[in-house]
Amino acid sequence: MSRVPVYGLLAEFDNPTDLLLAARRAHEEGYRKMDGYSPFPVEGLAEAIGFERDRMPLVVLVGGLLGCAGGYLMQWWMSAVSYPINSGGKPYNSWPAFLVVTFEVTILCAALSALFGMLGLNGLPMPYHPLFHCPRFEFATRDRFFLCIEASDPRFDLAGTRRFLEGLSGGHGISEVPY
Amino acid sequence: MEQKDRVEEISVRHGRPPVMAPGYTFATITDKISSIVLTRPVSLGWLMGVGFASLWAFILLFAVSYLFYQGVGIWGVNIPIGWGFAIVSFVWWVGIGHAGTLISAILLLLRQSWRNSINRFAEAMTLFAVACAGMFPILHLGRPWLAYWLFPYPNTMNVWPQFRSPLVWDVFAVSTYFTVSALFWYQGLIPDLATLRDRAVNRYARTIYGFLAMGWRGSARHWKRYHTAYLLLAGLATPLVLSVHTVVSFDFTIAVVPGWHSTIFPPFFVAGAIYSGFAMVLILAIPIRHFYGLEDFVTIRHLENSGMIMLATGLIVAYGYIMEPFMAWLGGNKYDLYQFWDRAHGPYWWVFLSLITMNVVIPQLLWIPKMRRKPGWLFLISLDVLIGMWIERFVIVVISLHRDFLTSSWGMYYPTRWDWFTLLGTVGFFFMCMLLFLRVLPMISIFELRELLPEAEVKVES
Amino acid sequence: MGAEEKAHHAVCPGKKHNLEEIREKLASEDGPRYWRSLEELAGDPAFQEQVKREFPRGASEWLEGFSRRGFLQLMGASLALAGLTSCTKQPLEPIVPYVKQPEEMVPGRPLFFATAMEMGGHARPLLVESHMGRPTKVEGNPDHPASLGGSDIFSQASVLELYDPDRSPAVAYQGEIRSYAAFLGAMQSQLAAQRLAQGAGLRFLTRTVVSPTLGDQLKTALQVFPKAKWHQYEAANRDNARAGAMMAFGEPLETQYRLAEADVILSLDADFLYPTFPGAVRYARDWASRRRPESSRAMSRLYVAETTYTATGGKADHRLPLRQMELEQFARAVAQGVGVNAAGATAKGMAGTWLPALVKDLQQHKGNCVVIPGEYQPPVMHALAHAMNAALGNVGRTVFYTEAVAANPVDQNQSVSELVEDMKAGQVQVLVILGGNPVYDTPAELGFGLIMKEKVPLRVHHGLYQDETAQFCQWHINAAHYLEAWGDTRAYDGTATIVQPLIAPLYNGKTDTEVLAIFTGQGETKAYDIVRAYWQRQLQKQAPATPAARGKGKAAPPPAVDFEGFWRPAVHDGFISGTAFQPRQAQLKSIDFGPGPQGSPPALEINFRPDPSVFDGRFSNNAWLQELPKPVNKLTWDNGLLVGVETARQMGLKVNDVVELKIGNRTQQAAVWVQAGQPANVVTGFLGYGRRFAGRTGTGFGFDLYRIRTMKEPWSTAVEMRKTGDTYLLASTQGQQSMDTQLGTRDLVISATASEYGKDPGIILRHHETPAKDETLYYNYEYKSYAWGMSIDLSACVGCNACILACQSENNIAVVGKDQVNKGRHMHWIRVDTYYEGDRDNPKAYFQPVPCMQCENAPCEYVCPVGATVHSSEGLNDMVYNRCVGTRYCSNNCPYKVRRFNFMLWQDWNTPQFKMMRNPEVSVRSRGVMEKCTYCVQRITQARIDSEREDRKVREADLLTACQQACPADAIVFGDLNNAENRVSKLKSTARNYGLLADLNTRPRTTYLAAINNPNPELPAPAEQN
Repeated sequence: MSRVPVYGLLAEFDNPTDLLLAARRAHEEGYRKMDGYSPFPVEGLAEAIGFERDRMPLVVLVGGLLGCAGGYLMQWWMSAVSYPINSGGKPYNSWPAFLVVTFEVTILCAALSALFGMLGLNGLPMPYHPLFHCPRFEFATRDRFFLCIEASDPRFDLAGTRRFLEGLSGGHGISEVPY
Repeated sequence: MEQKDRVEEISVRHGRPPVMAPGYTFATITDKISSIVLTRPVSLGWLMGVGFASLWAFILLFAVSYLFYQGVGIWGVNIPIGWGFAIVSFVWWVGIGHAGTLISAILLLLRQSWRNSINRFAEAMTLFAVACAGMFPILHLGRPWLAYWLFPYPNTMNVWPQFRSPLVWDVFAVSTYFTVSALFWYQGLIPDLATLRDRAVNRYARTIYGFLAMGWRGSARHWKRYHTAYLLLAGLATPLVLSVHTVVSFDFTIAVVPGWHSTIFPPFFVAGAIYSGFAMVLILAIPIRHFYGLEDFVTIRHLENSGMIMLATGLIVAYGYIMEPFMAWLGGNKYDLYQFWDRAHGPYWWVFLSLITMNVVIPQLLWIPKMRRKPGWLFLISLDVLIGMWIERFVIVVISLHRDFLTSSWGMYYPTRWDWFTLLGTVGFFFMCMLLFLRVLPMISIFELRELLPEAEVKVES
Repeated sequence: MGAEEKAHHAVCPGKKHNLEEIREKLASEDGPRYWRSLEELAGDPAFQEQVKREFPRGASEWLEGFSRRGFLQLMGASLALAGLTSCTKQPLEPIVPYVKQPEEMVPGRPLFFATAMEMGGHARPLLVESHMGRPTKVEGNPDHPASLGGSDIFSQASVLELYDPDRSPAVAYQGEIRSYAAFLGAMQSQLAAQRLAQGAGLRFLTRTVVSPTLGDQLKTALQVFPKAKWHQYEAANRDNARAGAMMAFGEPLETQYRLAEADVILSLDADFLYPTFPGAVRYARDWASRRRPESSRAMSRLYVAETTYTATGGKADHRLPLRQMELEQFARAVAQGVGVNAAGATAKGMAGTWLPALVKDLQQHKGNCVVIPGEYQPPVMHALAHAMNAALGNVGRTVFYTEAVAANPVDQNQSVSELVEDMKAGQVQVLVILGGNPVYDTPAELGFGLIMKEKVPLRVHHGLYQDETAQFCQWHINAAHYLEAWGDTRAYDGTATIVQPLIAPLYNGKTDTEVLAIFTGQGETKAYDIVRAYWQRQLQKQAPATPAARGKGKAAPPPAVDFEGFWRPAVHDGFISGTAFQPRQAQLKSIDFGPGPQGSPPALEINFRPDPSVFDGRFSNNAWLQELPKPVNKLTWDNGLLVGVETARQMGLKVNDVVELKIGNRTQQAAVWVQAGQPANVVTGFLGYGRRFAGRTGTGFGFDLYRIRTMKEPWSTAVEMRKTGDTYLLASTQGQQSMDTQLGTRDLVISATASEYGKDPGIILRHHETPAKDETLYYNYEYKSYAWGMSIDLSACVGCNACILACQSENNIAVVGKDQVNKGRHMHWIRVDTYYEGDRDNPKAYFQPVPCMQCENAPCEYVCPVGATVHSSEGLNDMVYNRCVGTRYCSNNCPYKVRRFNFMLWQDWNTPQFKMMRNPEVSVRSRGVMEKCTYCVQRITQARIDSEREDRKVREADLLTACQQACPADAIVFGDLNNAENRVSKLKSTARNYGLLADLNTRPRTTYLAAINNPNPELPAPAEQN
């Protein structure tokens, strides 16, 4: 009889400090494929689990620059190329007048790329996730803190990892996360 | 125990009322706020509130239908006063819409932790206010059904918007502002939606909140990107919020009309916007905290801070009132000079007088700390400021137009009942939206409140 | 076929239609049936919805929805409209277009026809534009000495009268529709009876008859019925002028003036620059020709002593407001001064200061001055004027006497009074009223209407409307409008004109000649034949044209070879050359001027005047005239009772207060308008309002002052006035009538005296700043092909409003009604701003026509979000109506406020008559769209096309804007600024040229020539008088 494949092991903590320490210990142990879960951003947790490269700023910068160029070029093309008209004796390419819209489009594009960049990189929306199987996990959005070491980690071994987690201070309610 | 001490510690540190009453934990905060949405029964007061507000919303619908049937002629606008209540109210609403983003973005960057408990409904207020504002430019058109011609959409005639016109700038500024505010608002909501998803007992509520939460599970990686994105959005929203009313003020400064053609308008308008915006925040916060028993989260501290911001921006506005005629005098332009003479002595002198009283004189009460800490007084002063700021826009739009260059073309403006219906209708619409919002979404950002708790501080040296 | 014809063929082959062909084609169609089907449709709301649509395939599509059914309805509608247009027939008789080209109708190209409009005892020679058989626009006849191309508000507005849906559509008996044949039948028995009685019971009542044919017919009728009588009556008649002439010469001579020769002009209450005055159009031209400092001849000087503020008073170098009695005393004083023996001379106060200077001025210009008495001044004033002109040696130089223009000048007040007496005595069995509205416009004291109704068994009314008189008559014959009718008439100088129709009568109306034919035994003869027959007789009479006959002057056509040879040119030119009356050597009798006014003047006196817009009430239903701001006070839609500032203060009256006027035992209410420059204790009331059966437009507005007018003192009399406490809204179009603000005066109208200007022309621009063209960060656009511009001479403009109505008619401008005018939503593309300067009791007035300035740096353009108003390569500020979404930003940003907005649906899309009336070259604006003056871009385009066809530039003569063409004073000049030879370029290069608000750097293409006054140095300047 084959067992249900396991996504990983989940340990519960009462406060952010324990979670942070646990994460650090796990990292020292050599675990890499793991993640911490908390009801609010815990300072330093991401670094503790070895998450370094946050590409958000780059995404937003690119979005902003595209918006800026696009915004001005659109006005220039429409007013000076596609259908130039003498309006109030002002030049076809009245750049001072075009700055406002350029600015607005810049902000718009940057903001859109910020939100959707964030969602995209986070792989959201993700309606299904194995963690949602754990009954206790719903408290991750209330007042509980979790550390999950995933089975895909090379050093993962059901018994060993469980022992390691039980050894952590403040960690309790270790449970298997089924797929 | 120790937990309690820390809370006192916080309040002591600030030497002012705390941003949150002591004795709360992650759990209690979460439950208290989410219960308002999830379990609290519908109260009679709320029903009556929504009923009255939607009554006015329907009057708006009626007024707009008749407007489309008859044309803008049903309003008081004429030649020379081509813009009346519609534009006045547009500017007014856009201004009100400023406080939300200001609180959520600028105060975030300034690390003003107290903003955490009022930013959520302030942002909602922004959205609804801007929605109200957005109606007017369309309604005031002679041919509203052609409003989409202001957008640069590809068409066979190859005709495009005229990008030198401030009205096109408005279209971009206001729609951008609305979009960015909405994004900001939504991103802030995601973790709380997740909370509601996990708290909800009702299956449908669970599904809906679950859908909106997009599977948020508070992963450290997510939080990390989330935080950067949130800060970046705030960074983007900050110049934006300042730009919106600047652009709106261009509607006037770009024109040659005496009383409009002034370089002081952009800062002056922005200050005025924040002024009225915070007034509206207080108008909303004071009853809400009372009726929903949220005095612990929206404390006197918040009211006092808002009051101080009103006082500051109010003084900037007052400075503007002084500088306008001074500049006219300095420039010696006879049309400008006459414009300001006319404001004080012309047929609309009483409007101008009430403007000064309501926007400059009365708000000076905020110098008195007692006043700033008495919700009742604050409420009245905010009401006064809101009306005062509406009058300010009336002075700028109507009084400037009614006597411009050719004496032969001077005129008067008399609003009709349809003008009033439309204005009050949008107010009703606004409060209807607010009341509905209170019932379906957490009116206070839960996860940001958790961060305020002492337990949230990680006590390890990295 | 002529060279031109060939050339034309080359351009549009196969586009040639013969008038005959078209006439046959149209005649073959059954107009009335289409009419009915159309009216049914017009009644159908769905159909109305569809015609409300602004552009058949416009963007407003989804508003009404565009269901298949709706589409079919639209199709149905347009078919019906096609039926309507086809029912507008050309007259069946040959009419002669005013063109040198072959007479053929080129679709899309208008034809012009010469004709004339009769009003108040003389005719206005016209040139009428016709689009595919529909008269759409009236112009003055440039070849006619009485017009020289200028026209006036009444003729301009007559197009609307023609298409007025309220016009009487049929013959009626007791209000029920009858056929004309039925009327003829009914008359036969009556006539038989009258023949036996030699017409003892037969009476004709007409207005002043000018038409030679009609006059001749009436004489014939009186021969057929020897005991019948012919009465004439008009409310604004010329009895006084006639009586004055009788006093002076013993015969009813007409007086004509040559103002181009006059150095000094004294007007005694004569509004001779306003078109209610006979010959005003020509006089304005002549007068203006002497008001330009650039011209070689010295400027003339105008003194006006008057009893209320008139347009002419506004143009005066010295204006003297006097009440009636003082005016006569003053006139007598001046007469004495120039050597006329007239008693009762007094000149107190301002008049006293005037007298010596004025008399001296007149004396110094013997032979080159003129004294003009007002139409409504008592006979003795006219006599005095005749005597003065004689004494000053003006006769034969600036003043000429000719025989009367009227076919049979009589004392009309007396004439109508006699008629009433006869009616009372029961001597009248048949009363035939040809035109006129005596029931309304005879003084109430006569009780004309009731007496007629009780005492006259058979009453026949012939008129354009079923008016008050029609209500009191059994028979009503719907008259043909002059644009539908054959006839003839005379201009103020006697020149005879053949009136030719441009369109067959819309409602089969009859002309007065056709009705009268019944009584002259001509039976059912057509007007065409009647008129031709008359002139044939004249021709035969004149065949051996003896000098004597010429001397007598009346109707002396050149010795005619054959009749057609006489008829065609006469009809073509619009007048019969050589029929102008010859000057008469008038022998001044020794006149007894009487003792002059005795005793003290009444505490309060009222002066009656015909209304400047609706005249004696005959134009009440003409919305264009109703909404036309009256000269000086800019009132619309009502007859405000003018009260002086001081008098109003004393009596505690404000604008809009309703007062009760009492003359004898009759009372009438009126609404007060406080008028600057009105003499103290004098109120001026205008006739022609308070109509009860005018039509949908005119009924009910204003107050009927005929009710208190008397036969004895028709123009000026004592009155009691008391405040009722009620108010009545009077709608004026102008915000403030002064250039002064509490912080100083704005130089909107720049003026100077001739001497100042002569010394230093720089005085005009002294306080005027215009930024240089290179003061810009941007490049300047260049206008290579044409650069259209306009120059308006404020010295010449006489404020007669002709430009406003010409523009309204040319550009399909809607009327909005009194309430909307009061809200400030009137639609005139060109307005005439009037500014008072100086003392409120006697200010100087300036008239400033304001069309769109067509700014090169147009503030309206760059604020438009959709580019609905943009600049053309020829420097026009174009409005793209179908792109406009109606933000009104352009109007806010227009410093001149010349933009007009359709706040609601002003245009009447349903009434078929209006569809016919509109100028097809100009798109009709609907709700929510901004509009404004375009320099008549449609005319520019037409001229450009024509010139390109001939491979040349547009010539100055090819192109006149509507306002320019109408202007009697030639104050508006338009043309290409790129051509230095054009008049407009020359005018703009004079030192008088300035741009309104040019300091805003708008670079207006319309500029003004400063107003130059020529005051007498010996008198205080107008501004600081009193």
